[in-house]
Amino acid sequence: MSSASIPDPTASLTPGGNLRRRQLVSRVAEIAATAAAVLAIAALVLVIYSVVVRGAKKISLDFIFTAYPTGVGPMLLGTLEIALIATLMAMPIGVLIALFLTEYSGAKGARTMKLVLDLVNGLPSIILGLFAFALLVDHKQQSGFAGAVALAIIELPLIARGSQEVLQLVPQGLREASDALGVARWRSVLTVVLPTALGGIITSTVLAVARAAGETAPLILTTSNFDGKSFVLNPFEALPNVPTWIYKLSEEGNPEGFNEAWGMALLLVSFILFASLGARALLARSKRKLSS
Amino acid sequence: MNYPDQSVPSRVRIQTGATAFPTAVTGTTVQPLTRPELVFDAREVSIFYGAKQALAGVTLGIRRGQITALIGPSGCGKTTFLRSLNRMNDSVSGFRIEGQILYHGHDIYGGNVDQVEVRRRIGMVFQKPNPFPKSIYDNVAWAPRNLGLRRGLDERVENALRGAALWDEVKDRLKDSALGLSGGQQQRLCIARAIAIEPDVLLLDEPASALDPIATGAIEELMHSLKGRFTIVIVTHNMQQAARVADRTAFFSLETGGEKPVGTLIEVDETEKIFAEPRDPRTRDYVTGRFG
Amino acid sequence: MSTVASPAAQAGGRGTRVSQLRKRADLIGDRLLLGICLLAALVAGAAIFLVGYQIIHGASPAISKFGLGFLTSTEWQPNFNVFGAGVLLFGTAVTSAFALLLGAPIAIAIGLFLTLLAPSGVRGVVGPLVELLAAIPSVILGFWGLLVLAPFVQSKVEPFLHSTFGFIPIFGSPQTTGLSVFTASLILTIMVIPIIASITRDLFQSVPDELQDGASALGATRWEVVRGIILPTTSSGVVAACILGLGRALGEAIAVSQVIGAGFEIKGSLFETGNTLAAQIALQFPGNLGGMHQAALYYCGVILLAIGLAANLLAQWIGRRFSYAGTVAR
Repeated sequence: MSSASIPDPTASLTPGGNLRRRQLVSRVAEIAATAAAVLAIAALVLVIYSVVVRGAKKISLDFIFTAYPTGVGPMLLGTLEIALIATLMAMPIGVLIALFLTEYSGAKGARTMKLVLDLVNGLPSIILGLFAFALLVDHKQQSGFAGAVALAIIELPLIARGSQEVLQLVPQGLREASDALGVARWRSVLTVVLPTALGGIITSTVLAVARAAGETAPLILTTSNFDGKSFVLNPFEALPNVPTWIYKLSEEGNPEGFNEAWGMALLLVSFILFASLGARALLARSKRKLSS
Repeated sequence: MNYPDQSVPSRVRIQTGATAFPTAVTGTTVQPLTRPELVFDAREVSIFYGAKQALAGVTLGIRRGQITALIGPSGCGKTTFLRSLNRMNDSVSGFRIEGQILYHGHDIYGGNVDQVEVRRRIGMVFQKPNPFPKSIYDNVAWAPRNLGLRRGLDERVENALRGAALWDEVKDRLKDSALGLSGGQQQRLCIARAIAIEPDVLLLDEPASALDPIATGAIEELMHSLKGRFTIVIVTHNMQQAARVADRTAFFSLETGGEKPVGTLIEVDETEKIFAEPRDPRTRDYVTGRFG
Repeated sequence: MSTVASPAAQAGGRGTRVSQLRKRADLIGDRLLLGICLLAALVAGAAIFLVGYQIIHGASPAISKFGLGFLTSTEWQPNFNVFGAGVLLFGTAVTSAFALLLGAPIAIAIGLFLTLLAPSGVRGVVGPLVELLAAIPSVILGFWGLLVLAPFVQSKVEPFLHSTFGFIPIFGSPQTTGLSVFTASLILTIMVIPIIASITRDLFQSVPDELQDGASALGATRWEVVRGIILPTTSSGVVAACILGLGRALGEAIAVSQVIGAGFEIKGSLFETGNTLAAQIALQFPGNLGGMHQAALYYCGVILLAIGLAANLLAQWIGRRFSYAGTVAR
């Protein structure tokens, strides 16, 4: 340790004693932190760049709207359908759980519920795939519905947490005013509280969909047997979908298939990124509006 | 390393052999051996936060070994001025300073000045006690360790705690968390923390305002005992406190000369004169309680 | 509650009946709403148990046949009904540990960057970008890993590491495809970083300004404030964040399966192929041979579920037990 001593107060204020070394250490730390951020951004840019550059050449109206061999329309449609079914299952339950957390539960109940939500959120998606398989596919057949059940479990904690945060921001005054007017609890929840929080609830749901739309593992086990040659609408058959098709193409080793996969990747990534960014911005705005 | 012991507070004026200098403040040559040296020489200091001006043209000298109090109504810039003395305002966005603050003749905001070096010599205690969530010992020992003052650390900690009139109360529980202390004790701990590295100056920003009257009294006694060893500048909204404790007092107020109110230094003089025969009618109004 | 009828209602009995019906509707409605909210909460709770039950049920033939030896045996021969998850456990451990060891420091540094270094404009851009990294679907990340990262790693990174550090066995000679434990670990690192970064960023932001001001006022450099105040104060939260990141790495099936090369032996070098529990399920479950093969894969699922839940619970416990909120000065 270099000699450290009490500085002469009248000496100049440039770094003296061991300060030069300490400032150097601080500077190195700052550079390292900046480098780390640059590294992460670089990874993002590299991935997005590959997807955009390699995928863009495949994108065309045909690609989006027709079936194999000219396009991947069935997969896009199937993904939408699976996401829709999953959300129809997850959203009501998620919102009800959020209402439970904000309107009805005590502190202990809320803590337990939040723990449960966190645990569900942390379940590996391949496990959810196994679950949906065991429940709905084994001894029966693959179905888009089974995949949707797994995705619904993925969406549930996100919708519940997001809605709860928005519901919490609804001013207590609104509920109190309603009570004071003698309006029943359930009426004020349905006609006052929920509508106020609706914007935030919808954006939380969009975020949940963006997350679930990219999940492959649950679908691999429940709705992956399709050929993409025709549009399938029946959810109780295997619905074509984007993630499992990309996965299949990636494992096949066929360069033409790779191109198709890049094109689908671009569509998927674009949807997810725009949905995420847009929903996040809107969510931040609704929260700000509610708490102002 | 001498810390004054906790003797009965006295208001003995320190006689030093410092060289006299003609100061811009009074414009007169001072007699040697009766005016202590100038530690801070603020010249026409104006402070802006973005477009808003917080302080206008403050010219003020702070002398060695004395306690100088900055008083005035809320929002008149006294804390802003205090924090500029150790460059704590640097992190506030939009902060801009005009004029000069000389510390022992060196411009604090000069080109090669390292703000860490500035804060090494000019310590600060804040309004609300802010002990680290560490043990009492570690709170006091943290800064010396950082600075490399590792030899005689135990002794240094003890002397600092004695100097802050806290030793007897905590000597048996140095390893306990600092957060278990009362408010007044925490503030004295913060003072001990500051004096452990033997700064030249101590800046106190309303140190007793968050404390009860008994704790306040203890802090004031402490200031008397610290006075000779350190140069102290204290911001207080409590006039009686300034009268009890300070050698010199500077009165700040909001002037609405221009379009918007700006903090201005109205008058600075020996404390007795400020309170007994202030020159400026605004000072007289304030100290006699005519306005808040 | 007696019905106070308005004069108009008193005049006609019909008005009273309407308000009585309304009151009954109110009561029923309240009870109903409470009921379905409670039901929804129970459904979520039950989900965990249902999932666990189905997985264990599916695994039971394998559990009874192989018992705990399944965890150590490295023989995986579907055609001979011999199954052991040793290789998979090893691969899971190595890839996740690597991802955490490399990813956690980077992520914490990013958290510090976003909270302390970046001016607000930069923060507003970099923050969302780092979160976007988390939004990339794993199949796309794995696909990119397969076609872009693996060739690059195989041609540039692995030879470099081998020639510089080859004396350490884990940096063995690169093999032909770049599909390796190393590449899979890199992909997992990319996935783990945004999770840890966003949590630690919130943690660092929550350290009160007064503490940082107090430390700065004592003549400490920026790094000293971080090392002495910010990191110690948030340490348990940071650990919890890392464990959550670890949980993510443990459970990742798709991306890992695309780049790890489906090796079937425990090898000493990072540059060889390997396999993990999750990846094995993704690779072999579709089109499995049924019977014991399927049960063995379910067994892998049981292990994975157990590890995943344990990691999550551990993170929750650490995060709660030592939360900073409990130590705020009064």
